[in-house]
Parts: sequence; structure tokens; C-alpha cells
Amino acid sequence: MGQKKTTSLYKKHLELKASIVDFAGYKMPIQYSSIFEETKTVRDSAGLFDVSHMGEIEVSGEQSAEFVNYLVTFDISKLKKFQAKYTVILNEKSGIIDDLVVYNLENKYLIVVNASNQEKDFEWFMKHKSGQVKVENAGKKYFQIALQGPLSEKIINGVTENDISDLKFYHAKEEKIANAHVLLSRTGYTGEDGFEIYGKSEEAEKIWDVIMEEGKQHNISPCGLGARDLLRLEMGYCLYGNDITTETTPLEANLSWVVSFDKESFIGKNILLKQKEKGVKRKLVGIQVPGKRIPRYGYNILQKGEKIGVITSGNFSPTLNSSIALGYVQSNYEKEGTNVEVEIRNKPVEGEIIRLPFWKNGSLKKKH
Amino acid sequence: MEIKIPKDLLYTEDHEWARKENGEIAEGITDFAQSELQDIVYIELPEAGQEVAQGDSIATIEAVKTVTDLYAAVSGKIVKVNRELEKNPELINKDPYDSGWIVKIKISDPAELDTLLMPAEYKKVIQEE
Repeated sequence: MGQKKTTSLYKKHLELKASIVDFAGYKMPIQYSSIFEETKTVRDSAGLFDVSHMGEIEVSGEQSAEFVNYLVTFDISKLKKFQAKYTVILNEKSGIIDDLVVYNLENKYLIVVNASNQEKDFEWFMKHKSGQVKVENAGKKYFQIALQGPLSEKIINGVTENDISDLKFYHAKEEKIANAHVLLSRTGYTGEDGFEIYGKSEEAEKIWDVIMEEGKQHNISPCGLGARDLLRLEMGYCLYGNDITTETTPLEANLSWVVSFDKESFIGKNILLKQKEKGVKRKLVGIQVPGKRIPRYGYNILQKGEKIGVITSGNFSPTLNSSIALGYVQSNYEKEGTNVEVEIRNKPVEGEIIRLPFWKNGSLKKKH
Repeated sequence: MEIKIPKDLLYTEDHEWARKENGEIAEGITDFAQSELQDIVYIELPEAGQEVAQGDSIATIEAVKTVTDLYAAVSGKIVKVNRELEKNPELINKDPYDSGWIVKIKISDPAELDTLLMPAEYKKVIQEE
């Protein structure tokens, strides 16, 4: 293993006495106080996350729209300027290479990818590059901070040059915070209202500080990757490497909403179309396991003692006061309300298939 | 984050601590262990009165990162169990060496105390992890 990388906010994390872990080659804060307390803060007020480890790929040039549209499953020709979309890129067998967010910006597409996949993704983009297209691996240039929680709008309005209340979900705009130019995007991965802010790495600390300062009166707290993982699981959002991999397809992972089958072509379309016609053999589902025993990655899902699937993510949800998990089951068991058991340390524990998201009262839903 | 290793305690390689108190030990998990485990969700405690041998699994700790066993630091009889942890397992995260104690064991073989690690030795153990 080479030297671990740090983000431009690493010094801040140390000052805030974060617990640091290695994540995707970066030294990242897993928590500052407690994962459960930070999760609650995001559900109740607002939390600030350093997610600068995420990768950014920029695509520009005359034929960039056609090129990006050939790689991602969603039809991005439908995106207006400064609109964003969560989608995936597939290999030829329709396995998921990564899940990502595409921004249609002025003269370029900004594509935000998982930290662990940024090199792999960039190589994939380069391999398929053709025509008048420029591809840049821009991860080092940018910081990314996520402000998430029902009070995010109040906080962000206190630091931006202009009032941003009208900014719609999955839309972005150029803004100024603390005199620095940023891309302000109303996006997130927590189920709460919130913003993701992109800017030049050297301005990260300044922007982090003004948001923390403004957020004080709104009970803001810095939040680590532990809370981020729990928040996304409470929403049933997929984690790459666990719930989605090159061995799973978007149809199996309940991501058909990010696939535009009416688009003429994209990598992986043919096999995906066949799978759509034949029906999938397994499906990603949410499972609630009442109690505090945690179903973890790799644990078997059973029904009447027979194995019907496997857990891909699990945790205890303090919001629901219950253990929750995502896992793949044979598709004839996918129906909401189906009773299953999860084999936790050789003991079957009763659970039930739940319609996602687990957490249904997020501020995002109320707002949009 | 600074890991606390109190000077007046003994330790095991499995990240338990033991405090000598009149022929008994109080036992819990170390600050290093709780920070590695992340938030503790639930602990399955033993019953008082149970006889245990050094190294026996006596409790199960379910935490965000993983699930782990607590092993008896010495042989003897479990004389007290911290039932408060059933309601408030986060005491182990917040205060691992004091209100987060887990069991008290009446020592049956005081020589076993010599097999435990001194604070400086335990510090080496965690530096190697």
C-alpha cells in the first residue's frame, strides 16, 4: 500500500478530534462524537460532511454529450443546464462499474464518482473516448462538502451571496461563499434536504469554517463517514462495493429508474434489455430485523431454514430503533411483508421485507 | 484522537482492562477497543454467580463496526454485572474505564494477574495494530 492520501480538510478533522480511518486510500473521519448522535443531528437539524475523497471527472468538447450518454444508462440529453442526475455506468455484461452523479454544466459535464472507483472509472472513460472529447481526472482540484439536514437551507442562505431558496432538488448553480466561487448543488445521499458544495481545494477550510460558524445557531455538527453510511442505509440507497458491484445489474438493484431504455444505445444495454424481458432472478430488498442484533455483509437470508439470499449492508438504525439491512433475495421472495430470517451467528433471527426507504419522514420528501 | 491507557490498570491482548479491588477485578474494554468498535448497540451480559476460567467468553458486544466477545481476564466467580449497560450500552463508548465497566470477578488464582499486561506493554500492542 502506498502513502495514504488526505483531503484539504484533514487538519480540521484532527482539530475536531475525529476518529480517522483509512477509506478508499484516504485518511477520513469516521466520526467526531458518535455515529448515532451524528445521524440524529442530520435527521433533526444539520450535519456537515467532508466528502472531498469523492472523485470528479470532467468531460468537455463538441461531442461530450454523445460520449457521456453512451457511457451512462440515463438519457442525459434530457438534462437542462445546471441540472444533475444520479445514474450508473455499466460494463458490456451490464454489471455496474460505478454509481455517479452527472452535472450538465456550462461547456462541460462534471461527473462525481466513488472514491474507490475513480481510477477505474477514469480508465474506462479514456478507453471509450472518441471524437471531439476531452476527459480530465479532476479529483485533486476540488473539495466537496455536504451540508445535510432539515435546517440546511437556513444555514446555506446565511453564507451565500444570493438567496438560494428557489434552487430545486438535483439542480445546481454557481454561487459565492466567503468570497470564493463554488458550485452549489441541492443534492445529497441522506434523505434530508441538503446541499453539496464543490470548489477549489485551497478554499475548502475557509468555506467549512463559515458554514460551521453560521450553523452554530442551528445545532450543526461535523459528521463522519459512519453517519453517512447509516443515513444512506436508512434510505435504502446503495453502497458501491456492497450492494452494487460489477456482478449486479441496475434491474436487480432496483435502479431501473436510472436506466433510459428508449435511448438508442449505451454500454451494457443489450444484455440489460434481455434481462428485462426474461425477468431478474434476484432482487435487492430492504429487510427490517427487529431488535439490536445487526445483520452484516455476507450473512445468509433464509426462509423456513432454506437459503434464499444474502445480506449486502446492515446496521442498527437509531432513527427506527431497529436493525435494518439490504440484501439480495430470489425474486419470488421480494414482496413487501414477506417473512424471512437472517442467520446471525448461526441463529436464525426473524425479519420482514420492507418497502424502501426504511426512513419515510425525511425533510426531502416534505420539501419536494 | 488520543487513546487513553490509565496507568493503574492491567490489560489483555484482546483489549480488556482489569482493575484490582480487594480480591476482585472490575473488567471492561479499553478506550482503543471502544473507538475501533464505534457505537455500541447492545451487550449480552452473563449472570452473576457464574464460574469462569481465564479467557472464557463472558459477554458479547454488538457494535456498528463488528461484533466481539469479552473474555474473562482472570479465572473466578462473576460477582457483579453492570446491568445499566443493557439500557445504556453507549456508556462503554463514553466512559470505558469507569461507568462503562462490564463485570466484576472474584479472583480464584491471584498468580493469573501476572499474566496480564502493564500499561506500557499494552501501549505496544495497540501501536502494532
